[in-house]
Amino acid sequence: MELSLATRTVDEHTVLEVGGEVDVYTAPRLRERLVELVDSGVRSVVVDLGGVEFLDSTGLGVLVGAMKRLRVANGRFSLVCSKESLLKIFRITALDQVFPIYPTIEAATRDSDGSATS
Amino acid sequence: MATVRLSFSPAPVHVRTARLVGVAVARRAGVAEELLDEVRLAIGEACTRAVALHNQYNLPDLVTVEMSDSDSYSVRVIDHAPIEASVGLAKLPPDELADESLTDEALTTGVGFALLAGFVDDLQVRPVEDGPGTEVRMVWPVRRR
Repeated sequence: MELSLATRTVDEHTVLEVGGEVDVYTAPRLRERLVELVDSGVRSVVVDLGGVEFLDSTGLGVLVGAMKRLRVANGRFSLVCSKESLLKIFRITALDQVFPIYPTIEAATRDSDGSATS
Repeated sequence: MATVRLSFSPAPVHVRTARLVGVAVARRAGVAEELLDEVRLAIGEACTRAVALHNQYNLPDLVTVEMSDSDSYSVRVIDHAPIEASVGLAKLPPDELADESLTDEALTTGVGFALLAGFVDDLQVRPVEDGPGTEVRMVWPVRRR
């Protein structure tokens, strides 16, 4: 399934809903969208991976890049993910220790200090 | 002898095709259904790595994926980049993953290797027998036979 990207606003957060496959072919589009958001002044990005069917190292690299970009801008970056297959990828790569990961958008937007509790 | 052999030009768009074919052959070979997500991810990572190396060295050569289901399901992903490019496959510690000095390429390479090592119990990375290049060999058990 092709990559799909959609944004919406929840309070002061911008939620980027990602769907389909995030891989070496589609990840550049995700990177472009995240860069656009940060460059436009967004300072709290929540990436919802609920619709993602496949995620590889290239996609993970894009997410880390966005987090770094926001950190430089004193912004906040978090992920929403409850799929075990994706959570296993974060655990194996140790990126679960790098990203705040929440089970729901509500939890991500409620926890304004950026420390995941999931 | 390979059951299915696939060669593709080193373009990112073809990696998905390799994943789809690899999983289809795995399913037919009798790899357990619960392992197929890992097969998909591992083949994708190995092919992504090969495509990145060919692009890094401006090599137009085809990347080859060979799938065999003789006793187990084995997949070989073969690139033709200089051998020294394969050195440096190392899992990154968590505190380095978000380090500002780490380049995107180094991060993706490190994470990709972590995924390969994490998802494939039987994994070998070795030089190809003829000419420059590296072979990533991955093996999964099959249920039938």
